[in-house]
Amino acid sequence: MLPRYLREPAERRTPVAYPGYKSTASRAPLRTPVDLPHRLTEITGPVLGEDMVAAADADLTLREGGEAQGQRIIVYGRVLDSDGRPVPHALVEIWQANAAGRYRHVVDNWPAPLDPHFDGLGRVVTDDLGRYEFTTVKPGAYPWGNHHNAWRPAHIHFSLFGQAFTQRLVTQMYFPDDPLFGQDPIFNSMPTTARHRAISRFDLERSQPNWALAFQWDIVLRGREQTPFETDDDGDVA
Amino acid sequence: MSADRLSPLVLAADETNDRRQGTPRRGTGFLTEPFRLGTTPSSTVGPYLAIGLTWAAGPDVVAEGTPGAIWLRGRVFDGNGDLVPDGMIETWQADPDGRFAHPDDPRGAVTTPGFRGVGRSHTVDGGAYAVRTLKPGRVPDGDGGLQAPHVDVSVFARGLLDRLVTRIYFADEAAANTEDAVLRSLPDDASRATLIAQPSEDGYVLDIHLQGCAAQGMDETVFFAV
Ligand SMILES: [Fe+3]
Repeated sequence: MLPRYLREPAERRTPVAYPGYKSTASRAPLRTPVDLPHRLTEITGPVLGEDMVAAADADLTLREGGEAQGQRIIVYGRVLDSDGRPVPHALVEIWQANAAGRYRHVVDNWPAPLDPHFDGLGRVVTDDLGRYEFTTVKPGAYPWGNHHNAWRPAHIHFSLFGQAFTQRLVTQMYFPDDPLFGQDPIFNSMPTTARHRAISRFDLERSQPNWALAFQWDIVLRGREQTPFETDDDGDVA
Repeated sequence: MSADRLSPLVLAADETNDRRQGTPRRGTGFLTEPFRLGTTPSSTVGPYLAIGLTWAAGPDVVAEGTPGAIWLRGRVFDGNGDLVPDGMIETWQADPDGRFAHPDDPRGAVTTPGFRGVGRSHTVDGGAYAVRTLKPGRVPDGDGGLQAPHVDVSVFARGLLDRLVTRIYFADEAAANTEDAVLRSLPDDASRATLIAQPSEDGYVLDIHLQGCAAQGMDETVFFAV
C-alpha cells in the first residue's frame, strides 16, 4: 500500500501569483498547472538527516566567537502532517534578517548595520516526535521597494522537506500582533482562513527567566490518503 | 500548557468559528468526516534564499568521479525573456535501476552506492542551473505500465509565492516518452517539448520558462499541480 498525499483546495493555499506583490507579474506562470497524479516519484522524497546539520546550527546567536545583538528568542514547535502525525527526522532550514532588519547578503543594501556575530542561518532535524527548536534573535522589520512605504513584518524564512516530494514546503513565520501585516502583500497573499497558521504564539511558560522570550510555531505538512496501489508478488508496483 | 501534551484535535480548535459571524447554528459536536489539520500556507523564498538554502554539495546527486555521471544543465527565464539570477531548483529522481533512495519505495533500497536522489542548484551563475547526476531508469506508473526516465523538479524564486513543479524527460528516450502517461496527458507536442532535455557534450540541457514570452518566441514550461 503506497500513500497518496492530500491536496488542499486552491482557496486554502497561497496562490503562486498575487497582484499586490509586484515581482509575481513577470515570474508566475500564466497557464493553469497540469494535474500530476501521485506516483512513486511524488510519494518518495529526499531523506535528509543528521549529516546535514551541526549542533551549533540550532543557535543563531553565537557566531564568530561572540553574541548577536538583539532580543534573544526561542522559536520551537512541532512538524506535523495534516492527520496530526509528527514528522520525525525531517530537515528544517531557516534564514532571517538580524535585529536591525538587515540580511547578510550582497543584494541587501538597506542601510542598517550588519552584526558580525549574526549570519542568519539555522538548521535542525526534527526529533522522534517531530519537534524542532532554535535560539535566535527577533528579526527586525525592513523596507522594500514593492510599493510606497512598504515594510516587511518581522519574519523568519522556513524550508522543510517532510518525507515526500509532495510535502516540500517553503514558508515564513510571523510574530503575533505585528502592526505591519495590513500593508504587506506577501502576508496578505495567504488566504484569510490560513493566515493565522503562519503566525507564531508567544509562550510565557517556555520563556527563560532572565534569558529569552519563547515563540511556539507548529508547522503542518500535507498528510496521507491511504489509497491502495496494487502490488505484485515480487513487490513491483503494478 | 505544552504542545506535546495537546491532541491535534485541541490544537485545531482555533479554526474559523461560524457562530462569531452571527450564525445561531451549532454543529453536532461530533466528527463527521476524517479529521484534518489545516496545512501551513506556503510563501516565497524571497531574494535572500542563498543565506539559508546553500549546500556545499548541492549540485551533487552523485559525487565527482562517479562512473556514468552526467550534468543536467539549463537556464531559468521570466516572462520578459530575462534570466532569473536569484532562483533555485531542486531535483528528485530514481537511480539508473529506477529505485528511489526512500523507505516508501516498496521494491527496496537504491542499488547505486552514493546515490542520494536529490540535487539543489541556485541560479546565481547567469540564471543557469546545473546538477551532476545519473540518468534515471524507468519507474512503474502505478497502472501496470512504466514511466519514461524523468526527474521531478521544484523551482523557487522571489516572485513565486509557492514552488513550481515540473519534470525533466530525455530526448533520446523517444520510445519510452511515447508510452509515458504524464507526457501523453499533455495537449500537444509543443507542451511536451518544454519538458524534454536535449543531449549535450556533458549530459543534457533544458531551459525553464517560468512564464511564456511571445515577443521572444518562448513557450511557457509545463508546470504541474501535485
Ligand atoms: Fe525576508
